Amino acid sequence: MTARVFIPRDSGSLAVGADEVAVALASAARKRNTPVEIVRTGSRGLYWLEPMLEVATPKGRIAYGPVAPRDVEALFDAGILGGGAHALRLGPPEEIPFLKRQTRLTFARCGIVDPLSVSDYRAHGGWRGLERAMRFEPAAIVEEVVQSGLRGRGGGGFPTGIKWRTVRDAESAQKYVVCNADEGDSGTFADRMIMEGDPFVLVEGMAIAGLATGATKGFIYIRSEYPHAVATMAAAIEAARREGWLGKRIADSSCDFDIELRIGAGAYVCGEETSMLESMEGKRGVVRAKPPLPAHHGLFGKPTVVNNVLSLASVPTILSEGAKFYRDFGMGRSRGTMPIQLAGNVKRGGLFETAFGVTLGELVDDIAGGTASGRPVRAVQVGGPLGAYFPRTLFDTPFDYEAFAARDGLIGHGGIVIFDDTVDMARQARFAMEFCAVESCGKCTPCRIGATRGVEVIDRIRRGVEREANLALVEDLCNTMKFGSLCALGGFTPYPVMSAIRHFPEDFGASPRLAAAE
Amino acid sequence: MKPWNKERAEEIIQAHRNAEGAALPILHGLQAEFGFISEEAVVMIADALNLTRAEMHGIVTFYHDFRRAPPGRHVLKLCRAEACQAMGGDALAARVRERLRLGWSETTDDRSVTLEPVYCLGLCACAPAAMLDGRPVGRLDRERLDALLDGVQP
Ligand SMILES: Cc1cc2nc3c(=O)[nH]c(=O)nc-3n(C[C@H](O)[C@H](O)[C@H](O)COP(=O)(O)O)c2cc1C
Ligand code: SF4
Ligand code: FES
Repeated sequence: MTARVFIPRDSGSLAVGADEVAVALASAARKRNTPVEIVRTGSRGLYWLEPMLEVATPKGRIAYGPVAPRDVEALFDAGILGGGAHALRLGPPEEIPFLKRQTRLTFARCGIVDPLSVSDYRAHGGWRGLERAMRFEPAAIVEEVVQSGLRGRGGGGFPTGIKWRTVRDAESAQKYVVCNADEGDSGTFADRMIMEGDPFVLVEGMAIAGLATGATKGFIYIRSEYPHAVATMAAAIEAARREGWLGKRIADSSCDFDIELRIGAGAYVCGEETSMLESMEGKRGVVRAKPPLPAHHGLFGKPTVVNNVLSLASVPTILSEGAKFYRDFGMGRSRGTMPIQLAGNVKRGGLFETAFGVTLGELVDDIAGGTASGRPVRAVQVGGPLGAYFPRTLFDTPFDYEAFAARDGLIGHGGIVIFDDTVDMARQARFAMEFCAVESCGKCTPCRIGATRGVEVIDRIRRGVEREANLALVEDLCNTMKFGSLCALGGFTPYPVMSAIRHFPEDFGASPRLAAAE
Repeated sequence: MKPWNKERAEEIIQAHRNAEGAALPILHGLQAEFGFISEEAVVMIADALNLTRAEMHGIVTFYHDFRRAPPGRHVLKLCRAEACQAMGGDALAARVRERLRLGWSETTDDRSVTLEPVYCLGLCACAPAAMLDGRPVGRLDRERLDALLDGVQP
């Protein structure tokens, strides 16, 4: 029997040599006249173990990692194809504590299936949500999503079902579903992993959104920094069309739904939904004033659902397992699971999907295992470049939209970037302002001019020039940006800046004793 | 990357001009072919889409991706965002700039390589990260970086 070996091909694994390992494996197998079928998958998201390969044995899969090409000969000699012992043997992947502790709903298949095999997708529970949705009235699909408690995973946390209801109720001959795959936040890669590792779940989620709202056309706006995601998504759309899951009368129903890709062009602000719509219309990505909401007046002026990749990819589970199943995970008003991304200076970096409610400390110390450098964790930034920096004293904060907001932070798209004790928080605050200045769409003065001023003032503080006066100036500037900006780029840049100043005053020239008292 | 060719550019524009929101697909198509968006191309797109030259100029310059001058034979995009900063990305960036004697978005005199900043490649669990000619590279350190640079500028 031909042995089967699974090796990831998502860009995260490619970046650390997965292709080279696959080549070495194929050549070692040829040399030994041993037939081996190499299946390229997405990543399981245990990135410190990538490239991680898995061998199918009669007792299930056995993982090995991180594998370098030079390890392959020794792995063969150790009988890897039968799951043999070796220093790199990790055992059954599901038993690796990092994976075992997760609740994988959205990421149930990622890293397991061949991302472009429609039949693999079906065999692992795919299309069931769409099939169930087809037996519902559109209003009932919307209701199921409302009842699940699903909130937008792109950052805003707006209830997805309510948004769908608004679009469903809007009168128009043409409506759209737009998937926001701009994933610009540093420290996040969950959208990328889905598109590269389980693209059909996004196709299915978008088709369900189409049925529910009466939209017949979908677009996915993918950032240009993700060429591999673009390629996999394009191939998946082709395959889904071939098999009748997209196009006219999908899955033998009376409904049409098709998807087109649009590629971003390196502007962070185009992740903001109205800027994205402008960009898709072929214009500068300048943010639109709201109202009107995209749900009423979206792409080309038509009612449009705009949802993040993860929001849409959570929908098939909600439809196949029911709203209650999903809602029973989580805490407070944060229902279901969140794919959390552990990044930066991290010992065990990767994707950790879990029910809301886990604390920041558990995530950083326990699950991620602290820093890669082995030095103490000093700060973590949660929620991307617009998210606050948290000190260790706030590590009891549970992962929950409201709990983070109560501490002047946000969970955003679920990225956690870990820094060790060599970090200079004044430099991080400066970067936040600089990033805002570089990426501003230019529409509002507080964002466009304020951020540039912010960089100058922080530079003065770092040089020790009139520290107190300049700190007061930064705070003023932050208030102006917070209340005078149209969107969260200008409006939330104060989060990283002010959290750095508040929690790490010693980096802004305060004496340690003063800092403790402040 | 191919040298500028007006007929070919016209073909690319025609292939996309009827797409909904054609500007970005056209610009991406032209940059994939020629490596940059020339002034002549800006005028041609403006004509095709019934926009003024100023409007088209505004669109091209809004987006960081579109180059206004031809790149070198290789393009190295180095991530400058937070997760990579946390792993010493700034020091690596300084090293690259020193070795190539380049500022951001500049090309070496021998035209071998263009250095571009990028804010996150989604490789943040394998930081610091870069992309060389579209190929992702993670867990960069001095040695890996030097090996990369040796490959593009022997
Ligand atoms: C500056 C800025 C950047 C944003 N970037 C993204 C992004 O990359 N991906 C995303 O899904 N949402 C992003 N958002 C949020 C979107 O505006 C919008 O809320 C989201 O796409 C709605 O989908 P959801 O409800 O499923 O989260 C961004 C917002 C702002 C202000
Ligand atoms: S806050 Fe900044 S990015 Fe947002 S609309 Fe205003 S100028 Fe544009
Ligand atoms: S921050 Fe560098 S790859 Fe994400």
